[in-house]
Amino acid sequence: MTTLGDVAMKIRSKNAGPFWLTIDIFCDSPAAFDAACGIADDTRVAAALGASVDALKRYEIPDLNVLKFSLPRPHIQGTRYDRDMHGASFANLLSELAVEAG
Amino acid sequence: MAEQSVTRILIPSGALGLGYDRAALARGVAEGPDLIAIDGGSTDSGPHYLGTGTSKYSRKSVKSEWAELMAARAEAGVPLVIGTAGTSGADDAVDWLVDITREIVAETGDAVKVAVLKSGQCTAKMAAAFDDARITPLEPPVDLSAETLRACTNIVALAGAEQIQRALETGADIVIAGRATDTATIAALPLARGCHPGGAWHGAKIGECGALATTNPNSGTILIDFDTEGFTITPMGETARATPYTVSAHMLYENSNPFQLFEPGGHLDVTGATYRALDDHRVRVTGSEWVPSDRYTVKLEGARKGGFQTVSLAFVREPRYVEHIRDWVADIETQCVAKARQRINAPFTLEMRLIGVDATLGALDRQAQIGSEVGVMGIVTADDEATSREVAKILNPYLLHHPLTEQEDMPTFAFPFSPTEMSRGEIYEFCINHVLTLDDPMEAFSLDVLELRA
Repeated sequence: MTTLGDVAMKIRSKNAGPFWLTIDIFCDSPAAFDAACGIADDTRVAAALGASVDALKRYEIPDLNVLKFSLPRPHIQGTRYDRDMHGASFANLLSELAVEAG
Repeated sequence: MAEQSVTRILIPSGALGLGYDRAALARGVAEGPDLIAIDGGSTDSGPHYLGTGTSKYSRKSVKSEWAELMAARAEAGVPLVIGTAGTSGADDAVDWLVDITREIVAETGDAVKVAVLKSGQCTAKMAAAFDDARITPLEPPVDLSAETLRACTNIVALAGAEQIQRALETGADIVIAGRATDTATIAALPLARGCHPGGAWHGAKIGECGALATTNPNSGTILIDFDTEGFTITPMGETARATPYTVSAHMLYENSNPFQLFEPGGHLDVTGATYRALDDHRVRVTGSEWVPSDRYTVKLEGARKGGFQTVSLAFVREPRYVEHIRDWVADIETQCVAKARQRINAPFTLEMRLIGVDATLGALDRQAQIGSEVGVMGIVTADDEATSREVAKILNPYLLHHPLTEQEDMPTFAFPFSPTEMSRGEIYEFCINHVLTLDDPMEAFSLDVLELRA
């Protein structure tokens, strides 16, 4: 099964302050970037992250072949139910998005 | 362009305590910087550090690196500026670094003039400012009240370029600043000298993580030349290269909007920026724009107490239990909570996480698989230490001996420690995502000058 992680060169996630999570999808060519933009449609990305589509901010940066998503953290950083202080694991949820499913 | 219009800032690394390439720092000092700037922290390691005002990094590491930077400063004969001292930039954390500085001065005998800029806010004043509508929310919304502000153990305001400039105007050799934006310590001097404002803030953002915006992040040290049109970045590590790609991609890092960066007094917009390779390791950036705001605001950060936590750990290796681990844990959770509610008349929460299954992402993890063993982590949170411990002690026999069915011999699971419950002490929560409106940039900050000598 091909995934977004196979299409992209690198996917990373990180806090952008205690209240935001930001996920960067780096591609190594315009073709891979176009493919990534298609796979990572807002509905699927929001579902994978357990967020609402309205909460998701999407940035397509063709100059860098980068697709970026930012969203409020599922739990505020370091609160009782937060599982990942730096937010770095959320990238895996997008990396594992399947190409063929829609 | 004329040589005197360039302001050269040397950035040893992304944070004091992280380490850097000493040869790269020496090369940077030899380049004749106008100022050495380093970051002392951020919120990235969580609310504990702001809540307690303590440092994330080892005191010995910080002292060792700070002593080297003080020596580099003396050699270069220029100011050394640190922002967000002591991880959080709370007043106690600033005092901690001032104490370390005193010790170093006592040991080396080199007298220095130190400007101490504090960012700590009085909670009662902040509650009053909230009631006066001088504290306004940012996205995403976080419930805030005057009562929440009064309950914070520490509130800090993020200093911008204006406050760092005031500290530099004292003629200090060293500026030790409390919470400041990551960029302010780098942008302050270029802005004061009339460099391009968009270029000053953009270059500061690119530089704030040291060599992270180059091909060799571990080399640490970079040099940025600011001028009236933009900036040029030069890595000091022998093998580090800055390319238009590494530099432009750095705007993405830890930034929810890759084109804008909000600072006290306005925001940076890099939509029109152009990145040009000067050779195989230097990049020139122009076209960034600074957009001043109508109001002068500073961002606030605050942490309040969030209860006391006790964590228990057990490991399950028996295949039948591993196979049915979710049922087993759900049963333990139900029984333990029911028993604890009978015996303890105080609120608490118990959360069980399955290490090796989905402890990292919880229910969001649709690829979770169960391997040959599972670690079971029970997290008890309560309003006081005693309740938190008591519930964890009620959990203990379940984690050790709970059978999957009633009709079987009593099993025993692996405890890594005695006792297997560990106190995490008091936990903290970030509870402010707001800005404070100021009439004068120094209104929320204090500045003192110390003459330190052996």
